[in-house]
Amino acid sequence: MQTSTQHTDPASTLTAPDRAAARPDARGVMRPGDRVFLGLSRGAGILLLVIMAAIAVFLTYRAVLAISKDDGNFLTTFEWNTGVLPAKFGIAVLAFGTLVSSVVAMALAVPVAVGIALFLTHYAPRRLAGPIAYVIDLLAAVPSIVYGLWGALVLVPHLNGLYGWLDTVLGWTGVLSWQGGAPRSLLTVGILLAIMILPIITNVSREVFRQVPRMHEEAALALGATRWEVVRMAVLPFGRSGVISASMLGLGRALGETMAVATVLSPTFDIQASLLDPGGGTFAQNIASKFNEATEFGQDALIASGLVLFVITLLVNGAARLIINRRSEYSGAHA
Amino acid sequence: MTTPAVTDRPAGALRGGRLPRWFPLAVVAASIVVAVAIGLGAGLHSTVQWGLIAALLAVGGTYAVAARVEGRRQARDRVATSLVWVCFLVAVIPLASLIWATLRRGVKVLDGYFLTHSMAGVADTEPGGGVYHALLGTLEQVGLATVIAVPVGVLTAVYLVEYGRGGLARAVTFFVDVMTGIPSIVAGLFVLSFWILILKMGYSGFAGSLALAILMMPVVVRSTEEMLKLVPRELREASLALGVPKWRTILKVVLPTSLGGIVTGVMLSIARVTGETAPVLLLVWGTNFINANPFSDPQASLPLFIYQQYANSAGAGAAYDRAWAAALTLIAFVMILNLVARGIARFTAPTTGR
Repeated sequence: MQTSTQHTDPASTLTAPDRAAARPDARGVMRPGDRVFLGLSRGAGILLLVIMAAIAVFLTYRAVLAISKDDGNFLTTFEWNTGVLPAKFGIAVLAFGTLVSSVVAMALAVPVAVGIALFLTHYAPRRLAGPIAYVIDLLAAVPSIVYGLWGALVLVPHLNGLYGWLDTVLGWTGVLSWQGGAPRSLLTVGILLAIMILPIITNVSREVFRQVPRMHEEAALALGATRWEVVRMAVLPFGRSGVISASMLGLGRALGETMAVATVLSPTFDIQASLLDPGGGTFAQNIASKFNEATEFGQDALIASGLVLFVITLLVNGAARLIINRRSEYSGAHA
Repeated sequence: MTTPAVTDRPAGALRGGRLPRWFPLAVVAASIVVAVAIGLGAGLHSTVQWGLIAALLAVGGTYAVAARVEGRRQARDRVATSLVWVCFLVAVIPLASLIWATLRRGVKVLDGYFLTHSMAGVADTEPGGGVYHALLGTLEQVGLATVIAVPVGVLTAVYLVEYGRGGLARAVTFFVDVMTGIPSIVAGLFVLSFWILILKMGYSGFAGSLALAILMMPVVVRSTEEMLKLVPRELREASLALGVPKWRTILKVVLPTSLGGIVTGVMLSIARVTGETAPVLLLVWGTNFINANPFSDPQASLPLFIYQQYANSAGAGAAYDRAWAAALTLIAFVMILNLVARGIARFTAPTTGR
């Protein structure tokens, strides 16, 4: 290509590709191949957006079909009866169970995960920290159904002792009393979910703690701070928003977890006053366990409850991402 | 009149008392001994309770002794250290138990017969049978999902890194992040509403693949994006300066340079969706027979097999054995994928000195 002709710019004497090259604002020559490739890759990006929109649209469409025939109130009915008409179903029990099990999971997992992250970044011997972080990475990949199987066959039998102890010590509160049923309750679900989301929260928190500027820590040390004071004054304030977003990512996973809950919980469609008594349900668990017997209308009703779950996780994850993005100069940007 | 603050330390000492280096170990050993004594004395059967008592004693004892000898600030530091260690140990116990239980119970029936036979003609409560049909189904469904998700994911990442400017790119980036958090059951419900309820396509392995592909795409996009960002700008500029069109630069220079990283990301995303049960439960339905055609009729799948052996067997030992063996197979598959992927990442990491 004769780029020397650019200087004189007698536009009439140039061939078409030369003119494209001569445009002062051109970022490069746009050949047919370029156009096709740009179209393909932009199309892929748009396809992702279309899928997200389609999920919302189709779920809403089927949900509206179901809710319009709901004889009860979709938000407050304590029943899930879609087999015989008039159908009565509502998400009150599911919302309660999802909320309670997730809150229990977060309350247990976040402090421990932050502890492990601190252990890995500030306390563990250097030679130990690397392999442990690697193993925790791998544990994040264990499928949820395996956690469910383990929870139902190993964890549940081991919880009898803890439940009895909780009942004798804290049974007077009512929230932690136990009538002696199998420990397949929302508390067990919360414990199992906590174990499952531990690796995620640990990994993200560890990344954030690693990015604490060395100078902040050394300044604290130079002032005579103990290691704990360094953590409290330099590390935790710096990592706070990172820990919050890590927790919300974990929360998003806990809210939508299906199989682990479906294997461990023995569901009923009412709200138990005590966390320790079996019963209750979550959105995802209810869908998985009711699906096989559901009629087409019943499936629509389950889709309606799935739509609620979708919106909740969308809000939680969106909020977590906004927090991360606001401080993207620190987190993960150069990972 | 002010008197100088009186300390209980000897005058002239620059630093207070220090506990010896073996102090934490000694406290831990002592509290374990005391906890076992209390546990035996009070007749507590659960070893978990013994552990809790030991942990409480260790933390409390550390504070009491350190506060007397070293002062309150040092004592708090030691308590924080021991709490962090306790956090770590508390987390290790369930995770180690999970691996141990799966290994110990999984090897019982896991053998060549188990991997090469289906459950045809075997009742859920009987011993025998195997996972061949489920293994086949999982491989086909995950394979199809990969074929759908990888081109879309890689192209989207190319768009975001090489072309993306402005609102569309920002929207795609944000929604890819949000999409990562979609619960797998919601992806399953979407395909159910669209593919099965509206298009009336029937349950099949392919329906499951569609849902798995939705779950894979954002993971592929994110990992590919990170890898493309690592390709040095100079490489692109050198290629463009030689007059190579942009699309050929991307195909011949950028993608090959980051190929190792992209393969790693794809394998990690495969490992992630292989264990997904919920969408498979809704869309593939499950069967006891070998169905090699993913495009029509229900298929089986490994995670679904585990769930059905657990849920439909009413506590029969043979079914639980099969569930554990299938779980071990699944974990082994996922872990091997993970290890190989990380190995590839290590050996093909771009050596740009960054």
